[in-house]
Amino acid sequence: MKAATEAKLWYWQRVSAMLLAVCVAIHLGGIIYAVHGGLSAAQILGRTHGNVLFGVFYGVFVLACAVHVPIGIANVADEMLGWRREYSVLTALLFSALIAVMGLRAVYGVVIA
Amino acid sequence: MSNLQVRVWRGKDQGRFATYEVPRAASQTVLDVVTYIQRQLDPTLSYRFACRVGMCGSCAMTVNGVARWTCRTHVAKVAKNGELEIAPLSNLKVIKDLVTDMSEFFDKWARALGRFKGSRTRHDDFALVKPDSAQRAAADAAIECIGCGVCYASCDVVAWRKEFLGPAALNRAWSLANDVRDAQQGERLRAVAGDAGCHSCHTQGSCSERCPKKIEPTAGIAGLKRLAAAAAMRGEL
Repeated sequence: MKAATEAKLWYWQRVSAMLLAVCVAIHLGGIIYAVHGGLSAAQILGRTHGNVLFGVFYGVFVLACAVHVPIGIANVADEMLGWRREYSVLTALLFSALIAVMGLRAVYGVVIA
Repeated sequence: MSNLQVRVWRGKDQGRFATYEVPRAASQTVLDVVTYIQRQLDPTLSYRFACRVGMCGSCAMTVNGVARWTCRTHVAKVAKNGELEIAPLSNLKVIKDLVTDMSEFFDKWARALGRFKGSRTRHDDFALVKPDSAQRAAADAAIECIGCGVCYASCDVVAWRKEFLGPAALNRAWSLANDVRDAQQGERLRAVAGDAGCHSCHTQGSCSERCPKKIEPTAGIAGLKRLAAAAAMRGEL
């Protein structure tokens, strides 16, 4: 694979990791808050429904995952399974699409539907 | 002082450990032990050394499972229960006994464009490099490599990815990437980026942990990743 592509993949994985570090901290904080408050599923959905900030936050979270995770998976497939780089990157792209679709569908379900 | 029980690798990639009994001495180094075996016990033993003072990088071997420069490694520091196991460096082909073929190791330095190429001639004035500049400091931190191969033998990525340039070649590239006089920066970044270069490094740090000169190739490789990423995003890679 071209050196420029590898360098860009590294860059995007690094940038998405920075985003994820913030997102995961807020996400965990939110979970702990909800559990301590003893909120039911219905009460949680009542608060998330129509909440633009919540939707934007989890939308960004999902997209950061869709960038970060597949790059790592491509590297693992490459090194541990001995796949050709072209195949591992193609598989990673499909996995990225899967994460994005499933994640955004979940955000849609919790915020809009 | 009691005797040392020393197991030494004999053969090529296939071979066996032979055991020798070597008298213990004060301030004895591992290289002293190997030299004693060859000169007093078995003249057919092959090993490599030159300066004996930690400058030439010739005498690195695997001592009790860890790659070390043997001329500066005291037996007292590494012997366990009066026993030593001495083997050739890992990740390199064995020529005979403790001598490895270093050609792949140095070929990779060449592939990483590890040689200086200036743009000035003898008619130009000297280049002025401020000693306290950030780039000079970064080059300084990487420049004392003696090419012993300890980092290369300690690197897991080299073990599973044969084309990986390795810590020493990338460290050399990093020192030149910080040399403001060098005229082939873009070409070098293209040579060291990608899946055979700096982007394969897992940042495990074995090279930095074991470098006898206390160089940190891991930090240099991270620097190359940053330079390569910046160049790629500018469309210059």
